[in-house]
Amino acid sequence: MIHDQANYEREGEDVREPLLSEKGQETVDVRGDSPLPDELTREELTLPNPSEPETARHYTRLSQMNWAIDSGPYPLGSCTMKYNPKFTEDVAADPNAAVHPDRSARSAQGILELQYRLQEVLSEIGGMDAVTLQPPAGAAGELTGILVAKAYHEHHGNDRSEVVIPASAHGTNFATAATAGYDVVELPSGEDGRVDLEALEAAVGDDTAALMLTNPNTVGLFERDITEIAEIVHDAGGLLYYDGANLNALLGRGRPGDMGFDVMHYNVHKTFATPHGGGGPGAGPVGVVDELAPFLPTPRVREAAEGAGYERFEPDHTIGKVHGFAGNWLVLIKAYAYIARLGNEGLSDAAAKAVLNANYLAERLDLDVPFGPFHHEFAATAGDRDAADVAKRMLDFGVHPPTTKWPEMVPEAMLTEPTEIEGRSSLDDLAEAFNLAYADSDEALDSAPTRTAAARIDQVGAARDPRLSWQALDEE
Amino acid sequence: MSRANGTPYAPHTDEETAAMLAAIGVDDEEALFDIPEAVAFDGDFGIEPRTERGIRDECTRILNRNDDLTEFLGRGHYGHYVPSVVDHLADRAEFLTSYTQYQPEVSQGFLQALFEYQSMLVELTGLDVANCSMYDAATALGEAATLADRVRATSGDTVLVPEQLREGKRAVLENYCAGADLSVETYPMADGTADVDRLADRAGDDVVMLYAESPTVRGCVEERLAAIGEVADDTDALFALGSDVVALSVLESPSEVGADVVVGEAGALGLPTSYGMGLGIFACRDEFLRQVPGRLVGASEDANGDRAYTLTLQTREQHIRKERATSNICTNQAWVALRAAIHAATLGPDGLVDLANDCVREAEALAARIDDRSGAAAPVHDRHHFREFAVRVDQPAPAVAEDLEAEGFAVHAIGDHLLQVCVTDLNAGRTDGLVAAFEGVL
Repeated sequence: MIHDQANYEREGEDVREPLLSEKGQETVDVRGDSPLPDELTREELTLPNPSEPETARHYTRLSQMNWAIDSGPYPLGSCTMKYNPKFTEDVAADPNAAVHPDRSARSAQGILELQYRLQEVLSEIGGMDAVTLQPPAGAAGELTGILVAKAYHEHHGNDRSEVVIPASAHGTNFATAATAGYDVVELPSGEDGRVDLEALEAAVGDDTAALMLTNPNTVGLFERDITEIAEIVHDAGGLLYYDGANLNALLGRGRPGDMGFDVMHYNVHKTFATPHGGGGPGAGPVGVVDELAPFLPTPRVREAAEGAGYERFEPDHTIGKVHGFAGNWLVLIKAYAYIARLGNEGLSDAAAKAVLNANYLAERLDLDVPFGPFHHEFAATAGDRDAADVAKRMLDFGVHPPTTKWPEMVPEAMLTEPTEIEGRSSLDDLAEAFNLAYADSDEALDSAPTRTAAARIDQVGAARDPRLSWQALDEE
Repeated sequence: MSRANGTPYAPHTDEETAAMLAAIGVDDEEALFDIPEAVAFDGDFGIEPRTERGIRDECTRILNRNDDLTEFLGRGHYGHYVPSVVDHLADRAEFLTSYTQYQPEVSQGFLQALFEYQSMLVELTGLDVANCSMYDAATALGEAATLADRVRATSGDTVLVPEQLREGKRAVLENYCAGADLSVETYPMADGTADVDRLADRAGDDVVMLYAESPTVRGCVEERLAAIGEVADDTDALFALGSDVVALSVLESPSEVGADVVVGEAGALGLPTSYGMGLGIFACRDEFLRQVPGRLVGASEDANGDRAYTLTLQTREQHIRKERATSNICTNQAWVALRAAIHAATLGPDGLVDLANDCVREAEALAARIDDRSGAAAPVHDRHHFREFAVRVDQPAPAVAEDLEAEGFAVHAIGDHLLQVCVTDLNAGRTDGLVAAFEGVL
């Protein structure tokens, strides 16, 4: 069976849904009615002026040209697209959640208590001692964690210049280390797809500030030698950073803190089902062991002296701030509600079903999966087919394709993560879409997709001749 | 059919689970985990599962412990009335539950919405390029500094910022600067805006970026932006201007005062106050296009020759360029950008300009009324104000703020004898109460 994806009529040569600007703009004279003197104001402003019904139709139409987790399978590996429980939206919509961040602690006790509770459950889930909720996304969490590590080393008089990162890691790890001012030492993957202990021994030393590790890694393999890895890094005086992107696979079966990690970030959308909103907002809380807690961003929240509720405080050697205020609070509330809904058994079961689903799906594929045993995700190889073309063809079969051509250690990789939310029949459909696309003719792959809102889009042209606004289109 | 006690968001019946395990060839799910005993965890987080209803009650009960205050708070985070249409359209699951647009052929809707958002920012800033969001104004400022460091051929390593700057914003900037070996220094202000003469004296070859804000953190409209731009130009520093999406609709166009980069906050449209959650603006001149941080949506064509949208210039980004990327940002604030665009479309240029003009008029009117109270003088600075202004009080400001809070009003205490008050369409109807409370506590 094939899912039918929304198919849209083309209107002759016209674009499908005009830009707001094409539906009508208005130019208003700013100075005519301004309380400010002319020299401080602009002359005029030109923007679209749709009526509310037109606005509603425009955005509804746009929404119909957009795949979402509520549309169907969205198995992007390492992106972890899982269902976003609806009730969490209602929890976050409480007007009392939406107060100003500069309120006194005294008048914001409700928020502080909920922040504190979330800090506590995240600490427990990660096996960490202290948590900050401030980082507004996973990558911001990485930067926070690495800045905390840097401050820790500097506090102890150690000037370390390098961060070690496995070649298979997410691109953000490399960019984060560079943003924090570190040189990156790339660690080649071992033949089994994991960290090679000898290579690690050779890579670490007096200059090593940290090793950033994703576990299970980006082809779903658990780093079995994690205890030895931790020893090697710690013996060199470095810290061990846990990239929380794949924490969903470990819930209830392993905690980063128990494995020797010193600092970690949590991706709340990947693990705790907050909606991704087409690119954000996310949230990337950071957990640390006791020794690193004094360096966390300010403020943190703790219980006040007996009966006085909760208070903000500045950690003794804080790195300062990583977000202007308190991060993406309205997202964090949804994570709290999700964790509360699942509890111990639900969280453990989420990991179990995520791993079950990945293994079942892989079993049904005609494509090879070079590395295993994998957990929540696997990198199939499209072999002599182009993975990106196979992915485009999958769109025609009514599913969203996996992440393609990454990680690079698998040729023509199709990194697939169905998460726990797909049932058997949905996985069967997904497998069929994979297999049909993989076996299809070169011609079919080249011309795919044909049943989507747009046919194959010219990426090269988009980058060669950047047109990034309707003003740029008007100039043509 | 039965399901074991597990996540309510997995569809597996026990029978299906058994069939899937059989297909894989293992006895149970645990056999699929490859975690050594030495680091295994027993699964007890001490978290009891609750029902949906129970969690909603729990969170409502906890959040109710906030005091019921009328907030006259701003300093970088603002609440305006958000029309219902924004929630109803942005909450459509096709938007809310989608991912980054890695397969543009099935993501045309969100891409077009972001393209439209970028275009609105291009109009508001007068610059050529706007990205489709940063986390907030503070991180956008940090990214501007690292961009300046990459594009400026000067040997300098100083970022100059106004002495009156939100502390948290400065702290974020410091963290971005530290990694690029930049140092942050301040230039003096005179009566709430930049002291341009002393700024010119301070400027020099060591400055890679000069940052100014309008409105300032105290709500003052900067009066000599073009002169500040000339100072930057004379020393070959990047001129970064911080502003706000509503203010941009009426204030001098950043491109006309020589701004190279505009950063700031756009969450004042589309978002209610939300404990600081924001929407960072990042716009710049064309010459810096390939150094822009974050995602950009571009127009292209599909195989049928129809216009289509796609994420573009991705070779700037971390997933391609790794440690040589322009930024480590991946997830941004896309859905908030969608909300801001819907709000802007709903207002139209007339509505947006009216909203901005009200921000000036209401601030002026409220300052005058507070100034009439004995023991208070407002506005402290003899400038035009946008939304907010400083108030000098004879009594200690923290005590006055605390007393006002007891009367049900939240204002900022920003100095020993300085308060700050912010007024928008949301609290403008409560100014009588605030003025009466001032009367009572002073």
